[in-house]
Amino acid sequence: MSFFRNAKDEMEFQDAQKFVVRSIQEITDRFQKVPGSAMLIRYIRSSYQDDPVRSAIELVLVIFFVRYLLSPSYKTHTGTFVKLSEEEIDDLVDEWTPEPLVAPQTSFEREEEAKLPVIVGPTGPKSKLSNGRTVTNLASYNFYNFVGNEQVKEKAIQTLRTYGVGPCGPPQFYGTQDVHMKTEADIASCLGTQGCIVYAHAFSTISSVIPAFCKRGDIIVADRASNYSIRKGLQICRSTIRYYEHNDMEDLERVLQKVVKDQAKKPLTRRFIVTEGLSETVGDCVDLPKLVELKHRYKFRLMLDETWSFGVLGRTGRGLTEAQNVDASQVDMLIGSLAGPLCSGGGFCAGSTDVVEHQRISAASYTFSAALPAMLATTASETLNILQMNPDILVQCRENIKAMRAQLDPRSDWVKCTSAVDNPVMILVLKGDVVNSRRLSTEEQERILQECVDETLLNNVLITRLKSMPVGPGATGKDGDWKLQPALKVCITTGLSKKEIEKAGIVIRHAITKVMTRKTSSKLALPVA
Amino acid sequence: MPQRLPRNPFASSTTSPVSIPSTDRAVPRRPSTSKGNRLAQFFSSSPKSKEQQTAQAALLSAVAAQQQHLLNNPSPHISAPSLSLPTISLSTAKAGEANMDEPPTTLFQPPSVAEAKRQAKIDAQFGPLGSQSHRYVSKHMGGELQEPVIDEPPYYYLLTTYISYLILIVFGHVRDFFGKRFKPEHYKHLKAADGYAALNNDFDNFYVRRLKLRIDDCFARPITGVPGRYVTLIDRKTDDFNEHYQFTGTYTETLNMSSYNYLGFAQSEGPCADAVEETIKKYGISSASPRADAGTSDLALEVEDRIAKFVGKPAAMVFSMGFSTNASSFPALVGKGCLIISDELNHASIRIGARLSGAMIASFKHNDMTDLEKTLREVISQGQPRTHRPWKKILVVVEGLYSMEGTMCNLPGLVALKKKYKYNLFVDEAHSVGALGPRGRGVCDYFNIDPAEVDILMGTLTKSFGANGGYVAAEKHIIDKLRSTNAATIYGESPTPPVLMQILSALKIISGDLVPGQGEERLQRIAFNSRYLRLGLKRLGFITYGHDDSPIIPIVLYNPAKMPAFSHEMLRRKIAVVIVGYPATPLISSRARFCVSAAHNKDDMDRLLAACDEIGNVLQLKFSTGVAGGAEHLPDGVTPEMEDEWRKANGLQGVVKPPRWTLREVIANGVQDVKQPLR
Repeated sequence: MSFFRNAKDEMEFQDAQKFVVRSIQEITDRFQKVPGSAMLIRYIRSSYQDDPVRSAIELVLVIFFVRYLLSPSYKTHTGTFVKLSEEEIDDLVDEWTPEPLVAPQTSFEREEEAKLPVIVGPTGPKSKLSNGRTVTNLASYNFYNFVGNEQVKEKAIQTLRTYGVGPCGPPQFYGTQDVHMKTEADIASCLGTQGCIVYAHAFSTISSVIPAFCKRGDIIVADRASNYSIRKGLQICRSTIRYYEHNDMEDLERVLQKVVKDQAKKPLTRRFIVTEGLSETVGDCVDLPKLVELKHRYKFRLMLDETWSFGVLGRTGRGLTEAQNVDASQVDMLIGSLAGPLCSGGGFCAGSTDVVEHQRISAASYTFSAALPAMLATTASETLNILQMNPDILVQCRENIKAMRAQLDPRSDWVKCTSAVDNPVMILVLKGDVVNSRRLSTEEQERILQECVDETLLNNVLITRLKSMPVGPGATGKDGDWKLQPALKVCITTGLSKKEIEKAGIVIRHAITKVMTRKTSSKLALPVA
Repeated sequence: MPQRLPRNPFASSTTSPVSIPSTDRAVPRRPSTSKGNRLAQFFSSSPKSKEQQTAQAALLSAVAAQQQHLLNNPSPHISAPSLSLPTISLSTAKAGEANMDEPPTTLFQPPSVAEAKRQAKIDAQFGPLGSQSHRYVSKHMGGELQEPVIDEPPYYYLLTTYISYLILIVFGHVRDFFGKRFKPEHYKHLKAADGYAALNNDFDNFYVRRLKLRIDDCFARPITGVPGRYVTLIDRKTDDFNEHYQFTGTYTETLNMSSYNYLGFAQSEGPCADAVEETIKKYGISSASPRADAGTSDLALEVEDRIAKFVGKPAAMVFSMGFSTNASSFPALVGKGCLIISDELNHASIRIGARLSGAMIASFKHNDMTDLEKTLREVISQGQPRTHRPWKKILVVVEGLYSMEGTMCNLPGLVALKKKYKYNLFVDEAHSVGALGPRGRGVCDYFNIDPAEVDILMGTLTKSFGANGGYVAAEKHIIDKLRSTNAATIYGESPTPPVLMQILSALKIISGDLVPGQGEERLQRIAFNSRYLRLGLKRLGFITYGHDDSPIIPIVLYNPAKMPAFSHEMLRRKIAVVIVGYPATPLISSRARFCVSAAHNKDDMDRLLAACDEIGNVLQLKFSTGVAGGAEHLPDGVTPEMEDEWRKANGLQGVVKPPRWTLREVIANGVQDVKQPLR
């Protein structure tokens, strides 16, 4: 038995030996057939004869090179990685209890939600709420009552019957319709810029425009009171950000000077100033000629968010550039909304052809999102056209703003209006001495103002509050050293007569007075008095 | 060949089915005889070879057989209810429509020109169903989700792909080298000038300037009218190699394989459009306020309620844009101290949302549950970096259906892991809602998994519902909290009333509350079309990606030059397709993507298959090895269960024959074979 096995083993061993010899021969044959192999062998031989150490070093280098090629290109673990056994990991997995996905609602949030007005039927100057009452609506951005405009509706229906509702695709993949191109051309010709790009959503337009241009290493100088969309754009763009005091041109100049001085020795990077035409959080207006002068002097590019001023300022509603007689081509990127004052949907960015075409492939919310529904594009063109044709609407709106202002700003002892005179969104904040004398914290101010909103609604006038910026879970809630001051928001509309506006103004003023003199809120004042 | 459209390009259609015998509206509609003509037309526009002629003969005989079959089994026409609706919009009314309501005085009445035009327009948006057998229920057959086999082409194609890119890059640099010296004005925008740094980085811009520009005419082709079954392209030409375009003034009506119109709700006629028109009249065009101020209308609440019921969650909220739904939802859900584990192929909106949230981000290999588990074990045991504190929350984010791959998420696997590792699961159903599942309710429906197992179901309303916007559905307390913490609710514009009504009426049709039967038909048609096309492409020898029931069907082209070639050849055959290359895909796997819709019918799929067959031969695209499907039938008497034994008996184990079916065989066998598991 064992003999046989040995013989068999022997046979197998011999076979294996033969196989190895044969395969080595085959490999060498093949190797020699490769062009240049003879040269390589000659090189190795001669170098080994000349200098064996060199060959060894070369071999080490080759091994290192192969290892380097095969190793992952980045470190998978940081220095603090703790090696654990499988059982330990299982234990840790069992032990780990996550927090609930969302925190419970705060009492203020719950109250706010319960009080959220629900409009039944169309939005208009007089809206019907779900509780059955019809109220004067001073909360919607329906400045020119385009919502109820029959001409606009007719245009929308025509578009619906030709294009359907949704474009069912992003602009790059057959989502660009001729109506989008027309709206873009309309806006560009209205502003006098080379080009314009229409986004599907006003809220995310500037959040996308900023990171499309501003990359790591670039410098952005932004207004401290910028709105939420701008903040999100700044957060995502990885550029260096400097803030200046809200609408303070001297402070801006100081910051620009500092940036220029700091960067003097470094390679030239893109520099931007980002600000709003009409501030969403404060309501006031920027000094554009001064801004343009500074931008030219310090070689910055200007991104101007005209979300609240396009369709509002200027003789025909072309925005801040028209109102302050600045050529729109002086603004490098002019961002506006078609959803706000124009009562349609979407946003846009106007500028030079280079600026616009660059966004078509690099602005996330344009490239990766479906295009704007055709009917919103056509109605935006239509409302823009109405404003151009009948600038009287703007005059009427301004009359109404004046009427409302007369009832509130100098007359009320408690609030003042921080908005510019032509801004139909009137931001009313508690006066400084009131806040100081009662030592009102931000939360207390919010609560008081919410009471004002409720009290006004009891008298059938719907206004709203400037909502504080949401704080994500885990965040500290501190955004620099700037905090939005709680305010009331009153939106004027031409859908109401001057008399009705005045009446509503009186209601608002009295409601504020009533809340401020109420015992619960005046109790706060006691320690000071 | 583009044809000139005199005044209103949208109202008329390329096909003029005047020869259709008119039937009473209540009687089921007979098949349109113009289909054969259209096919013949399309073939005549392409250079003919002997092979193509036989293909044409095959197709025509198949069509004839189909029509014979149809005459035997007439099917109710889907748009019959909308046809009988008396309301016609003024905007599309043409002279002669007044005759429409007159009762027929004779048994046979040829259709008026207006009626024929109207029918053609309706058919161009939503094709008539050829036969009741062209339906299938999209449903997971149980068992573990099999990952689709990724087939690989011969090395020749990989090598030439790399070489192609190398040549393109070298050539681009050579052009730049000389261009910068001899035509500096063309490079002005890339150089610092007058103290301003260049707006575009020279290096970043290289790909756009030297590679994308070459094929730029295949992207952003402008369209007009409804992107339904057909889409009308506005023809353009270029004299300076895609730097600028001029419109030629002509239009081309193409078969639309590119829009995300899964259920065919992109329509300007029918119950949805009628409801939207009424809404515009009543509500106007805008809500004119963010949701948190005064933008909450009864309509919005109704839609939210309806969406919640549809996806099977207690509460939902709607947004006016799908992209910002994601971008604003993550910051409201997670933050510092939390971890997001994201599939490596997730959409840009998820990535941006995740970055905005401030949470840590980890990723796992696409659809790889083993890699996910490995990642989970590592991150949970290690805790937060440096501090080793336990994570506050871990959110695993996947998409239901991946738009570039056509793959579905492995929901059963994810739910099983969720039980063990206690993470929260976020499923982005942008492409899957409406497109998958027996009731069209997305991946949960498809896999028959309780939606309660998934924490957050997010989706868009742009795709399957033909509207715009997005939704988030979850437990009520989560939605309540999100309403006060989600920035898009507080500051973003609220969805407009017409869009809300489109969503509402589409949902009602899908669930059968409006025009009963139509929703079911739409769901089953897209499922049939998807499987039919995928099977056909596999049998012809193409490499496709994705799961069998997915309505997104990419075919891989590899060589970069084949992208524009494929797109142009398809356009010559009047088919609009999307091509995708680097950076949206890995460098080598450039692809063409077909998005199947319920608005298509079998004829459209056959037309596409015939075009692919021809182009595949010319461009050498048929290189599948057969491992990923498309195998021949088993011999008679051998059932799929017996396949292994049969192979053993015949010594065929491991033998894979590259599938190269002829078009005739593909069309002849398609309808029956779609109903079985695809092989």
